[in-house]
Amino acid sequence: MSFEPKIIAFCCNWCSYAAADLAGTARMQYPHNVRIVRVMCSGMVHPELVMDAFQQGADGVMVLG
Amino acid sequence: MTLSEVTNISGEVGNFNVTVKEAPRYVDMDKCIACGACTEKCPKKVDSEYDAATGKRKAIYVKYSQAVPLKYQIDGSQCLRLTAMAKGKEKLPCGFCEQVCDAGAINYNDTEKTHEINVGAIVMAPGFEAYDPTNAKVWGFGVYPNVVTSLQFERYLSATGPTEGHLVRPSDGKKVKKVAFLQCIGSRDENTCGNGYCSSVCCMYAIKEAVIAKAHEPGLETSIFYMDMRTHGKEFDQYMERAKNDSGVNFIRCRVNSVEPQGANGDLRLSYVNNAGVQIEEYFDLVVLSVGLETPKHVLELAEMAGIEVTADRFAKTKDFTPVTTTRDGIFTAGAFAGPKDIPQAVVEGSAAAAAVADVLAPARNELTKEAVFPEERNIAGEEPKIGVFVCHCGSNIAGMVDVEAVEAYAKTLPGVAHVERNLFTCSQDAQEGLAVRIKELGLNRVAIAACTPRTHEPLFRETLKSAGLNQYLVEMANIRNHNSWVHDSKEIATKKACDLVRMAVAKVTFSASLAPISVPITQTALVIGGGVAGMTSALNLAEQGFVVTLVEKSAKLGGNALKLDHTWSGEEVAPQVAKLIDQVNWNEKITVFTETEVSAAEGFVGNFKTTLKGKDGVETVIEHGAGVVAVGADAYQPTEYGYGEIAGVVNGIDFDSADKAGKKNFVFIQCVGSREEGHMYCSKVCCTHSVQSAIALKKEDPSRNVYILYRDMRTYAQREKLYREARSLGVMFINYEIHGKPQVTKNGDVIDVQVIDHVLHRPVIIKADMVVLASGIRPKSDFKTLSQMYKISLDGDGFFQEAHAKLRPVDFATDGMFVAGMAHYPKPLEESVAQALAASARAATLLSKLEVTLDAIKAQVDSSKCDGCALCVDVCPYHAISLLEVKATAEGAAPTKVIDVNKAKCKGCGLCQATCPKEGVAVAGFTLQQLSSQVSAALAI
Repeated sequence: MSFEPKIIAFCCNWCSYAAADLAGTARMQYPHNVRIVRVMCSGMVHPELVMDAFQQGADGVMVLG
Repeated sequence: MTLSEVTNISGEVGNFNVTVKEAPRYVDMDKCIACGACTEKCPKKVDSEYDAATGKRKAIYVKYSQAVPLKYQIDGSQCLRLTAMAKGKEKLPCGFCEQVCDAGAINYNDTEKTHEINVGAIVMAPGFEAYDPTNAKVWGFGVYPNVVTSLQFERYLSATGPTEGHLVRPSDGKKVKKVAFLQCIGSRDENTCGNGYCSSVCCMYAIKEAVIAKAHEPGLETSIFYMDMRTHGKEFDQYMERAKNDSGVNFIRCRVNSVEPQGANGDLRLSYVNNAGVQIEEYFDLVVLSVGLETPKHVLELAEMAGIEVTADRFAKTKDFTPVTTTRDGIFTAGAFAGPKDIPQAVVEGSAAAAAVADVLAPARNELTKEAVFPEERNIAGEEPKIGVFVCHCGSNIAGMVDVEAVEAYAKTLPGVAHVERNLFTCSQDAQEGLAVRIKELGLNRVAIAACTPRTHEPLFRETLKSAGLNQYLVEMANIRNHNSWVHDSKEIATKKACDLVRMAVAKVTFSASLAPISVPITQTALVIGGGVAGMTSALNLAEQGFVVTLVEKSAKLGGNALKLDHTWSGEEVAPQVAKLIDQVNWNEKITVFTETEVSAAEGFVGNFKTTLKGKDGVETVIEHGAGVVAVGADAYQPTEYGYGEIAGVVNGIDFDSADKAGKKNFVFIQCVGSREEGHMYCSKVCCTHSVQSAIALKKEDPSRNVYILYRDMRTYAQREKLYREARSLGVMFINYEIHGKPQVTKNGDVIDVQVIDHVLHRPVIIKADMVVLASGIRPKSDFKTLSQMYKISLDGDGFFQEAHAKLRPVDFATDGMFVAGMAHYPKPLEESVAQALAASARAATLLSKLEVTLDAIKAQVDSSKCDGCALCVDVCPYHAISLLEVKATAEGAAPTKVIDVNKAKCKGCGLCQATCPKEGVAVAGFTLQQLSSQVSAALAI
């Protein structure tokens, strides 16, 4: 089986989360490996959350804002 | 009301009867969920208006993906079935959209409706239409496929456009290497189209398009052919400089008269005279026509029907001291209908029109409002989680790609889940009612909705929870549509991901708690700082709306900079209007005026400010107010160049108005003195018009006078262009100079020698002048900084006050409850100051009209058991919402401890504090570390 990374994306409610919504409206296809966690601002993401994600097996973490 | 037009207006101010014709949509707005299944099936393709005919749409369509309301409509003139029905045919074709619409929203039998509406006032904001260059022929639009309009080019640059943002030629799909922008197409051109005015916005959008195009295609060459670059808005000149110097956009001052084809492959040939005066022939892949703005025919008919007058340029007629009031009492205007303008100014006028309406309708405020009543909230503290999961099919939008039954079965296995059900549309009225029933029946204390995006639907589900007696914050959404079924094409993968998303939502909502509503009381009074035209207008409007206002003026009398002005650009006399305004302010019993008074201290937040005023005599007065308007004006620049103050006869624009011109023959105006140069890279906006007006007056008084205006770009924007035309026809000489070749002014006996390089002759010429008028710019005042620190409102790079958002919130400060108007914000002419002042009052009144404001409960909360008062969060908070408190020690003799306090009215819930805190001492309710972390764990659990 090929490698399927697990990626956590912290998305700001006002921009990147909205962009992900629009990508859906536009039916843009993209890989299924991302799991989006909605935050009210990318500045809200505590460094510990990022480390936490890696520790629990995430292959990548994106903080988008 | 969409698809509607006004067909008749009768009655008068306070009691208008408006007839509105609503065209059929053929789609039930309550049922349509904008899934797009209908569009996919529709066989009829037509040119898309939104794509400016560069792309196609279907007969059933939504104009663009962000449209509001996001509901589909059928174009009755194109739909196969509707056209057949209109012809009375028995056998009807197609009908696909009805078949695929799971929501049952299609209604072919929809009909036109007429509504009669009784209103007290009317705002007309019908907007503009882009000039259509098809019939003009000279630019080859409609003949050569590689000649496009700026609107079409905008679509080519867009990721959602016909080429998905790839810049290729319409004729052959060849990658574009060279683009030419031709300015003033349909503007400043009486011959081709009869539009003598300047459209105001095209220079700026052309630069923007050129910069974006270069970012899309590295190595792309862009040239803008222009007469005058009119980048007179806030921070626009800086943008142009960056386009020139950083992006490498070429600017060529030449009006290109025609576009010719070059060979058979689609290249286009332009002939022009370059900046050095040399005749050039150049070839381009693409020519973009920067089309202007004009009032469409149907709007002119609307104006006629409404009985309001229009100007010679076919825009709604207004006066400079009442810039949003039409010629008919009770009818107001906003936006490009009253003259070409950009977005910020249109938004300002929108608010200004609201203020003008509020002035008329203030007594009727809140007469028609109803308050929603909700049942008492259940206390769920201490209860074990009892989560209800609702999986939405969204017709086939989700169910078509996700095995919803598998998701339902999976959700049942999750810890804490007490109930799972599926709905065809969870957002539908009956499903909402069902949801409320389930909450009550089963005693659910948390809800997870697996459906679409919380950005559009969370408010709806919150309301449903409230109606079921559950705290509104106990719901979480799993976005299994926008982020899943719409973006994946494998049912197996989408189903697995949907299960993951549901697991994440359930994990998060498990740790959700009831959040108490937050409300802040409002002191229903306003403070206006600055007694110029903007300040007085704002104060007066607020007072007319019924609010108590304190108006503070630093100098001994009201009037501000307007006291130095003779006429507005349209020729209205300023002095009598200002006198009238001062009178109205002084006689208004709701306004208290403090002259020779300054703000010495300020504290507080939205709805609850406390400002200390200090008079000349040192007496201090403390004013409590709910909102504040900063309208402190600006200063005129005192030139240090061109011999000002040394050579007699060299004066600035304001001095000139009152100077003795008798017997003087030769006048030279020098523009951009202290504007648009290093350190002050902004346009002062008013000087070109003022000089041109003065030149006209000089020529009219004595046609034998020689009047020269030395300018860099003549910025008589919008309908002011007629002044520029008039000045030229009267024989005023306009000589263009560049920043690197500024004029030289020297005294030569009785006359003044002005040397300038003539842009036509390309050699220096000397003008012997009796008077040299320096069009000196506008500068921020020295005390802006103190004021900005006191109210924590920011200044921009040039030192003017910075609005919250350049386009969308042009009169708000980022600090809630504070607003800006007039030249304190940026140099501007009188009518724009008045409009902004009215807008500031409208914005302030939205606050002051309430006794309290209810805020979202998503705010930072302190955990005092963990916060040790380290104050790291205090500095990072962008809203200055956190302060440090000292807590008295409980044990005797122990040192006092510290803890932070969050001002909920200032907090926006961004959570910078949460990310900074090393001890989990502060967290945003609804997004606590525990909640986010549980979501991460759930995402990675399998």
